[in-house]
Amino acid sequence: MTISTSTELICFGVLSSIVILGSLGVVLLPNIVYSAFLLGGVFMAVAGLYLLLNASFVAAAQVLVYVGAVNVLILFAIMLVNKQEELKPIKGLRLRKIFSGAVCAGLLALLIRVDFTTPWVLPGPNAIGEEATIRIGEHLFTDYLLPFELASVLLLMAMIGAIVLARRDVLISDIGTGNSVDQALIEKSKTPLLIDKSSQ
Amino acid sequence: MSPMKILTSGTTAIAQLSPGIDLELSFNQTMQSLGMSPEISHILWLPLPMLLVLTAALIGVLVTVWLERKVSAAAQQRIGPEYAGALGVLQPMADGLKLLVKEDVIPARADGLLFTLGPVLVLVPVILSWLIVPFGQNLLISNVGIGIFLWISLSSIQPIGLLMSGYASNNKYSLLGGLRAAAQSISYEIPLALSVLAVVMMSNSLSTVDIVAQQNGAGLLSWNIWRQPVGFLIFWICALAECERLPFDLPEAEEELVAGYQTEYAGMKFALFYLGSYINLVLSAILVSVLYLGGWGFPIPVEWLANWLDLSTNAPLVQVITGSIGIVMTVLKAYLLVFLAILLRWTTPRVRIDQLLDLGWKFLLPISLVNLLFTASLKLAFPVAFGG
Repeated sequence: MTISTSTELICFGVLSSIVILGSLGVVLLPNIVYSAFLLGGVFMAVAGLYLLLNASFVAAAQVLVYVGAVNVLILFAIMLVNKQEELKPIKGLRLRKIFSGAVCAGLLALLIRVDFTTPWVLPGPNAIGEEATIRIGEHLFTDYLLPFELASVLLLMAMIGAIVLARRDVLISDIGTGNSVDQALIEKSKTPLLIDKSSQ
Repeated sequence: MSPMKILTSGTTAIAQLSPGIDLELSFNQTMQSLGMSPEISHILWLPLPMLLVLTAALIGVLVTVWLERKVSAAAQQRIGPEYAGALGVLQPMADGLKLLVKEDVIPARADGLLFTLGPVLVLVPVILSWLIVPFGQNLLISNVGIGIFLWISLSSIQPIGLLMSGYASNNKYSLLGGLRAAAQSISYEIPLALSVLAVVMMSNSLSTVDIVAQQNGAGLLSWNIWRQPVGFLIFWICALAECERLPFDLPEAEEELVAGYQTEYAGMKFALFYLGSYINLVLSAILVSVLYLGGWGFPIPVEWLANWLDLSTNAPLVQVITGSIGIVMTVLKAYLLVFLAILLRWTTPRVRIDQLLDLGWKFLLPISLVNLLFTASLKLAFPVAFGG
């Protein structure tokens, strides 16, 4: 065993234990802020696994998207709300925990079965390394063009929805149907700030 | 004209062809001639450039702190540090020593673990980003293929550290400062990445070495700043915002938030924030010079000078001089930009939070998108000048 392979093995062991323990912590810790920070750690460790697979572009993209955007936004939302209130006790919490644990265990068993029954090719295909950036670009603009564009449309829809929810100057009546809008859906619209000013 | 002459006549391709000084290769050869295996010599080599760059970054911080004190003094018609060493050059060392021996205070109601981890998470990505800073053809730690993209993704980790320390301090000013820092960082990352993308499109590579090599065909005239003037301004504004420098230092606005996320910090933990922000400033300045001001390139290509003096570019003396010129030029350009940033800090007022977000989302983002589109069309129309 050469130095590089043993280093790789050690790195793999450390990273995968971070992923497993970290994601257990995300689920099991009672403090939601700790869970969110641990989630960031798990994302970083996954990026490390990509690096071990010689996919540096994917690793950097993982850090940029998941740690830099998704996780920061989760933390942002948690901290903007930052309510220190006691949650109401839920009825039959123990039973619910047992059920969700059983579902998760079933999923794990399924994955393990897939892992053992699939004939994995060993060693796997060679990593293309630095060429990956070009190849990903080629795929995105040829055979994966439709999913790529659909994902962007989905994001646009989510963004418009978020803007509509976040804006306080809500119209009282629906523009399309003319019916009055259920203001209870919008948290801060008890007194609509922007009433159609042109008619006054 | 011999083929050798044609090769050394200084076009873009030549910069990639000439090997330049390869310290790693010569180190490995020396070690192997002493009877070591290639693996051992490689492992012995690995820490050397890292330590060197870390030292360079720390010295860069000391110089920047001294500059900041002196320039601010000049801007306010004071003398500034005077007694600690000649012209006060040892003042930053005194600052650092003071912080080193100060008591490490963790507030009683703070979250100890996150409070300690926060500053580390702010500093480590900044130091890691020095991996891709080139001082010459082979004078960088690692010429990773994803180069500049690595810096963009690493700098997106920083807001997590800021949020963490803001939250863990258990102080409303800290939390507000952390939230502001994260919001600012997310907003300005996008125009920053888009303006980098325009440069990458012209040089057909993410690697910082290729980006610089592409600019050094005709010296001063081929620098990216002439082809990307808008991109240069966007990048510089966003870099200042990412470094939380005035006019964008809202996360630590003294009049509103005491010191933002740093309010509860003292001693070495505060020093980590301080170091992080200054290392980030020097790093951003170096990256501006790499992306837009020709990096290590001399305003007149060294190959031309060598040709004019009838020297071969592969002669050892010429290579040593080329390498030194490269380092000097990188540092010089970076410190000119640092000087500009310091002057800006001491002469401009702070923007309001709504102005900051308006500038980022409603002005810089559309402009940088247009810049990207314009670069793409210019690249299709004039492939000679815009790296076809």
